Amino acid sequence: MVDIRSDASAAIPPAEVEDVELYHPRSWWTKYVFSQDAKIIAIQYSMTAIAIGMVALVLSWLMRLQLGFPGTFDFIDADHYYQFITMHGMIMVIYLLTALFLGGFGNYLIPLMVGARDMVFPYANMLSYWLYLLAVLVLAAGFFAPGGPTGAGWTLYPPQAILSGTPGGKDWGILLMLSSLILFIIGFTMGGLNYVVTVLQGRARGMTLMRMPLTIWGIFTATIMALLAFPALFVAAVMMLFDRLLGTSFFMPAIVEMGEQLKQGGGSPILFQHLFWFFGHPEVYIVALPAFGIVSDLISTHARKNIFGYRMMVWAIVIIGALSFIVWAHHMYVSGMNPKFGFFFATTTLIIAVPTAIKVYNWVLTLWRGDIHLSLPMLFALAFIVTFVNGGLTGLFLGNVVVDVPLSDTMFVVAHFHMVMGVAPIMVIFGAIYHWYPKVTGRMLNEAMGQIHFWVTFLGAYLIFFPMHYLGLLGIPRRYHDLGEAAFVPESAHTLNAFISVMALTVGAAQILFLFNLVWSLKKGREAGGNPWRATTLEWQTPQTPPAHGNWGKELPVVYRWAYDYSVPGAAEDFIPQNQPGLGGPTREAAS
Amino acid sequence: MAVVLILVIVAVGSVVFHLFSPWWWTPIASNWNYIDNTIIITFWITGFVFVAVVLFVAYCVLRFRHRPGNRAAYEPENKKLEVWLASVTSIGVAAMLAPGLFVWHQFVTVPPGTTEVEVVGQQWLWSFRLPGADGKLGTSDTRAIGDGNALGVNPNDTNGLDDLIIEGGELHLLVGKPVKMLLRSVDVLHDFYVPEFRAKMDMIPGMETYFWFTPTRTGTFEVLCAELCGTGHPQMRGTVVVDNEADYQTWLQEQQTFTQLLAARQEQTTIASSTSSSK
Repeated sequence: MVDIRSDASAAIPPAEVEDVELYHPRSWWTKYVFSQDAKIIAIQYSMTAIAIGMVALVLSWLMRLQLGFPGTFDFIDADHYYQFITMHGMIMVIYLLTALFLGGFGNYLIPLMVGARDMVFPYANMLSYWLYLLAVLVLAAGFFAPGGPTGAGWTLYPPQAILSGTPGGKDWGILLMLSSLILFIIGFTMGGLNYVVTVLQGRARGMTLMRMPLTIWGIFTATIMALLAFPALFVAAVMMLFDRLLGTSFFMPAIVEMGEQLKQGGGSPILFQHLFWFFGHPEVYIVALPAFGIVSDLISTHARKNIFGYRMMVWAIVIIGALSFIVWAHHMYVSGMNPKFGFFFATTTLIIAVPTAIKVYNWVLTLWRGDIHLSLPMLFALAFIVTFVNGGLTGLFLGNVVVDVPLSDTMFVVAHFHMVMGVAPIMVIFGAIYHWYPKVTGRMLNEAMGQIHFWVTFLGAYLIFFPMHYLGLLGIPRRYHDLGEAAFVPESAHTLNAFISVMALTVGAAQILFLFNLVWSLKKGREAGGNPWRATTLEWQTPQTPPAHGNWGKELPVVYRWAYDYSVPGAAEDFIPQNQPGLGGPTREAAS
Repeated sequence: MAVVLILVIVAVGSVVFHLFSPWWWTPIASNWNYIDNTIIITFWITGFVFVAVVLFVAYCVLRFRHRPGNRAAYEPENKKLEVWLASVTSIGVAAMLAPGLFVWHQFVTVPPGTTEVEVVGQQWLWSFRLPGADGKLGTSDTRAIGDGNALGVNPNDTNGLDDLIIEGGELHLLVGKPVKMLLRSVDVLHDFYVPEFRAKMDMIPGMETYFWFTPTRTGTFEVLCAELCGTGHPQMRGTVVVDNEADYQTWLQEQQTFTQLLAARQEQTTIASSTSSSK
């Protein structure tokens, strides 16, 4: 049996290498702007991601205004509508969720939670952020370019993406989108290698892999997946750029466009879809696994109970990560690929439901016989469980190939993926921000504002996306700028659309309150102290809060136990920090 | 306890919404009621799991919420429970997958004696081609598209000369007769989608895709495009009419063959050139 339990007598290996000399900032610029400190980089990543995420949020309001009240807003014509949905989707998936989970939480938490002073390659880590920022700027430049951003849908399917019937297809839009993705992937690779090597090589003495918090397991596995999956998107983007600029025909068969024979020919549009989804499906889990990991730690800490079935949880993360590479074509059941593939991909897809279900069971079993504190992080964790279970279960509809046939390309799909990879991970992000903000800033976020934010966001988001499934079941296709006249659509469907739009605006407004809270609490928030949640993991045991450059003062922490020693029988407190040898009082003052 | 109450409302409310929702699938008009049945099975299984998990969470919050002096239990693992839960989940998943794959096998196996109809998508129009008296569709090629030959039918293939060509008009199908829809596109991706038929499939330039179904009731149905195909995507509409035998034959007589189309086109160009030369 692997020792996941506390065992103070476990041998701690001696330090074999001396501490590396850190790069120390010499000026304000290198301390706060061109910083090589993972904590600063994390904040830069997070702020940039939230800023561009706000743009995507506004885009969602605009498209919901159009869907809820078609014809009322003249400036949202078909071209604009498709540009809005495309940018909204791409920003949310890549530039917000991926960047925030890996670049934001990954950078902040990996060195602190494994007991390292910093990432192992701080310079590459810094470059990673600046390339990410450049990618965001190139992407946003699409809004100002001639012809506007691309309106090809976030999946960017060719040939449509590079033809004139699509906004941005023959203008700058698609070029900027593909270039931005390429920059993002280069930047991510630099950061991603850092995260992997730091977890493998930078852990404190005693921090065995099976003592790591699940947050780190989630981020670590997701990063490995991203390093393997993003190259597929990278080559697809390069090939499409060539098709568009150099006249190659990777994805271009013989085409008659608006009555005119194009010169290209012989390429395969469906090849792009395979490349895209070979990246795209792991991408779902690149977002989900960090969320799984973080929410495990939130639930455990705020229920004052060890995570139930830790080893099973670790293995579930690893198995989900591996399986997610052989399920991609479930996005392509009606794409026209050989239909026999459906048998294989439906089977793998439904198998992945088993480890995922085990994770859900273990979260709720952690609540069982716990001591549940209904703090804001716990509330968001509960909201995650509800929305993730809901969204995961509708995945069993879409994954089951024949059921997907009537539902694919309808609003059911939109509702499903928003619930499972939009709402659910964002619930975790909010929970995580309420949880770690005190460590990052030294102050608590305001509780009253947080409560309003939580209830409006959770219930509002559920009211947006739960009924939306039924519009899809009815048969309403997605990506329709205007449904127009359709005999099978009853008047009540339009009423429901209007309701969803009103809820979307409401939920959006609540996010403004959240941003205000982030700023307000910087100065006015209650002082947090070093370990306000009485948590076990290393980041709460730093000598200073916020942690100083180098994280640990003179001496690196030594780890004696797993991350989940809550409510251990016989212990003085209801938590034992990972760096504490015995059961008694803390060896080191937690507060700064 | 507000949290407990709201969790219960979410679980019960979702079920009530499901039962009383006015938004439900359109009355089916094809043989794919197997698909509807599989969806119903899936709704039952997943609905049960959703309600069970959310109510369990609500119960935990009610029963184990923090009170002064409380302390959580310490139980890192419980192998028996974990194995048991994993097994029950696997059975539930298999119960959904098995009928799904069974019906998928039917979906991809075209029965013998199925007539073929070709659907051609272009931005933003549906066209159709039916085999003529010989019962065979001629070959086609996007490169052959040109004057008078909007679908790129191969003029050198005798099988294609009697094909019936319907450019942008209605498609009529015979009720009760299985039909294989051969799908082509000449520009970008499209997707032939009639909600009442339940079946749909993308159309890809450069290759031919298909699906099959049997229309089970007469009536007029709307064709929508279900794969984003550019700015005009929502306006890409068409009509399928499912006829009885007599109506179908009447309609069939009114359609033009490929040869007739070519001849008409030639006549037009001759008239056009003669009028222009006489000026």
